[in-house]
Amino acid sequence: MKPLLNIDECLNAGKDQVGGKTYCIAKIYSHGIRVPKSFCVPCKIYDDYLDQSRLKERIFFEINRKSLEQMRWEEIWDTSLRIRNYFLITPIPEKIEKELAGLIDKYCGNTPVAVRSSAPGEDSASNSFAGLHDSFLNVSGTSEIIKHIKLVWASLYSDAALLYRKELGLDIQTSRMAVVIQELVASDKSGIFFGLNPSGSNESVIESVYGLNQALVDGDIEPDRWILSRSTGKLIRHTDPVRKRYAAPGKTGIVFQELKDHEAKTPPLNHDEIHQIWKTGNRLEQIFGKPQDVEWTITNGELTILQARPITSTGFTETDDKRSWYLTLHRSYENLKKLYDKIEHHLIPKMISEADKLKQQDLEILSAQSLCSEIERRQKIYDHWVKIYWADFIPFAHGIRLFGQVYNDAVAPEDPYEFMNLLENTGLKSMERNSLIEKLAQMIRNDKALKTELENERMPDPSHPFRVLLDSFVDQFGDLSCTTGSGSECDYGKNAVIHLLLEFAGRPIKAGKSNGIDTAQLKDRYIKSFPVDRRDFAKEVLSLGRESYRLRDDDNIHLGRIEAGLFEAVREGRRRLIHPNTTKDDVKILLKAPALSLEPKDQSREEKVSPDKTAIEKWISSRQIVGHPAGPGISSGLARLIQTPSDLLSFKQGEVLVCQGVDPNMTFVVPLAAAVVEERGGMLIHGAIIAREYGLPCITGASNAMKLIENGNQITVDGYLGIITCHTEDL
Amino acid sequence: MSDDTQQILKNIAQLFESQSFAVLSTQKNDQPYSSLVAFAVNPDLNYFYFLTPNTTRKYDNLKTNPKVCILVNDSRNQADDVYNAVSVTGTGVAQIIDKSIEQKALDLYLKKNPNLKEFSKAPTTAFVRISMKRYFMVNRFQNVVEVKVKQ
Repeated sequence: MKPLLNIDECLNAGKDQVGGKTYCIAKIYSHGIRVPKSFCVPCKIYDDYLDQSRLKERIFFEINRKSLEQMRWEEIWDTSLRIRNYFLITPIPEKIEKELAGLIDKYCGNTPVAVRSSAPGEDSASNSFAGLHDSFLNVSGTSEIIKHIKLVWASLYSDAALLYRKELGLDIQTSRMAVVIQELVASDKSGIFFGLNPSGSNESVIESVYGLNQALVDGDIEPDRWILSRSTGKLIRHTDPVRKRYAAPGKTGIVFQELKDHEAKTPPLNHDEIHQIWKTGNRLEQIFGKPQDVEWTITNGELTILQARPITSTGFTETDDKRSWYLTLHRSYENLKKLYDKIEHHLIPKMISEADKLKQQDLEILSAQSLCSEIERRQKIYDHWVKIYWADFIPFAHGIRLFGQVYNDAVAPEDPYEFMNLLENTGLKSMERNSLIEKLAQMIRNDKALKTELENERMPDPSHPFRVLLDSFVDQFGDLSCTTGSGSECDYGKNAVIHLLLEFAGRPIKAGKSNGIDTAQLKDRYIKSFPVDRRDFAKEVLSLGRESYRLRDDDNIHLGRIEAGLFEAVREGRRRLIHPNTTKDDVKILLKAPALSLEPKDQSREEKVSPDKTAIEKWISSRQIVGHPAGPGISSGLARLIQTPSDLLSFKQGEVLVCQGVDPNMTFVVPLAAAVVEERGGMLIHGAIIAREYGLPCITGASNAMKLIENGNQITVDGYLGIITCHTEDL
Repeated sequence: MSDDTQQILKNIAQLFESQSFAVLSTQKNDQPYSSLVAFAVNPDLNYFYFLTPNTTRKYDNLKTNPKVCILVNDSRNQADDVYNAVSVTGTGVAQIIDKSIEQKALDLYLKKNPNLKEFSKAPTTAFVRISMKRYFMVNRFQNVVEVKVKQ
């Protein structure tokens, strides 16, 4: 079989070889309806590539390294990233590549094309999982087209596809991918047509934008929308958006441009064009026997059909879990840029000022009633910010992933996480906090009298430089014993901080981290791997990635301050409840505040998951536990399991931090740790980020580590391989 | 016994039941030596039995140094072995036992390895029992659990 089929050869080759999308296009073409010049790389070429390059075994190994059921989304994304990189760095066997390149050269020349996925069963009548696999617009030149064919193949294992693997029937042994290559039509306007409006059975829908329809599909530009009668095509209503921009092909990829005034004022389609789209859509329905979801474009008045598939309920919405929410975290570059502006210039300053205001308020002068209202008000403020955290901050973390993908696509590095080197040292708030801790510890180291005072739990005068710095530290970062979202409260006061500072002071000053990587050189290589006209884009994506990396940590610190404000008020209420001078009436009033009506949680009793070692008898123990390597290096130490925030305060220098998951409000002990082990998986989780900043070995996704490791066990953390070895007696 | 322990012992027992052969490692004069043996274990997994001619190197080795090691695994020489195969290493102390006295143990052994009945009768065939001290079960490539055997 030829490695590149012409569209008129695709019907004969069969759906199993050319995939659903190509087969549909071939069928439309065979009925004399205009489609772009199209070619197909059949599934056989994908099979041959995987078999001959032995890539199949590598993917097999990657997917089965840990049970997918046990993985969090972030780990699934990591797995997908690694597989994608295998495709990028594994060449197509010479014989196949030579033949394929010859045909691409012959058929496409230098014409810009779209390279789209066409997996068998992808757009079947029963399920539509549109968007799980990748498509690329405006690709030119044989080598670039071949690279993008590989990326489309790789998207068979996209994170979304791995999440929906069961519904898709994804199976490394049998799943395959064809690729359709279409000449890029220089669109004046384009859009989609739904033969049957999902929310109205007698209606059809047309959506349209000026330029390419990628912006419509990605949701970056709001389209004009027409609802038509399904039977007559008569206009029922038209939604007129604010039209500002359109997507056009750049030298490579897509660029956004401003619309001309008269375009901004006029809908992209006139009456005749609307009617023509409706009519063609109906014809496609007759050809395929079902209402169609059609992508189309108009150039110089000529309508071209880009693709059509049956309208089905999408597979995404029918599942009763968080996977569809996860898919919304995938944001386009445009969307992330807007989100960055919102977070950096609007939300963060507002959070800071909110936390400052809470801090400044004098709670002691409030009447019982006012204090009660204040607690409720603070609870609302906190809840409000938690909502924003999920709606805006969490999706913005996708900026790191977007950069990772752009970096890997451009550089094709051996190490799929090489891009992380360009994200470090972004001035994390938690690093700023930790360097202040180091400064305070240094003051203790240098002043024996101060050390003795503190050891005897005596505080120096308020004017003492140590006390001044400590007070300002507590003002900025609280007393280190709150954790975001866990519902725990700060009840340890300054003594706890002092205890921790003494521990820091007892530790020798560590030299700064050096991993021997020349980041300037890496950055240069990254930028230079783009054509000159795309280098600004490359820089912007890097900068977005760095902001995303920084804010992913910082937003938790800010949210932690707002939570601390809430706890402050609760603490004041509690103080009054037990104070002998509080009147009975005041006690009654105070107990109306929900946070005060309950006994403070005794976490050591309620939440502490006792290591289940009484159940697991002593004669069985874990020798090796496998997670994902998330920070290179190897280190040994006694395990310190963090069950509650208070466990952090007894953390000793040289211990290995073992936890379910740390948030940035807890990472202050990381400089004391020999290594970090987290049950939660992913390269980009907070513990991993901060461990990398300190150059500590780190393993994430070590399932059941909290159950398998006991406090005080001697363990070795191999951050190169992701293996934790528990020391046992000699044989 | 906890559920976890039971599950691990069950997994080991299942593996031992499914496999006919184990790799036996012995040592003499600092030189390790490995051989394949047809084996059986008792239900508590604390005894591991095999037969060997008394002229073999393994026999000679374990007479000199009874500390031995066994390995049983279910790999199929396929790419997916690396994470699908389960492997159990065991350490223990070997002892030659009298076939006529340990008839029950021999019956247990021959029930699993009936083809060795004739072989077992030869006076030069030794019946070896390893008192197992520990097992190490490896799955998913690198997960390792250690089990101390109750005697």
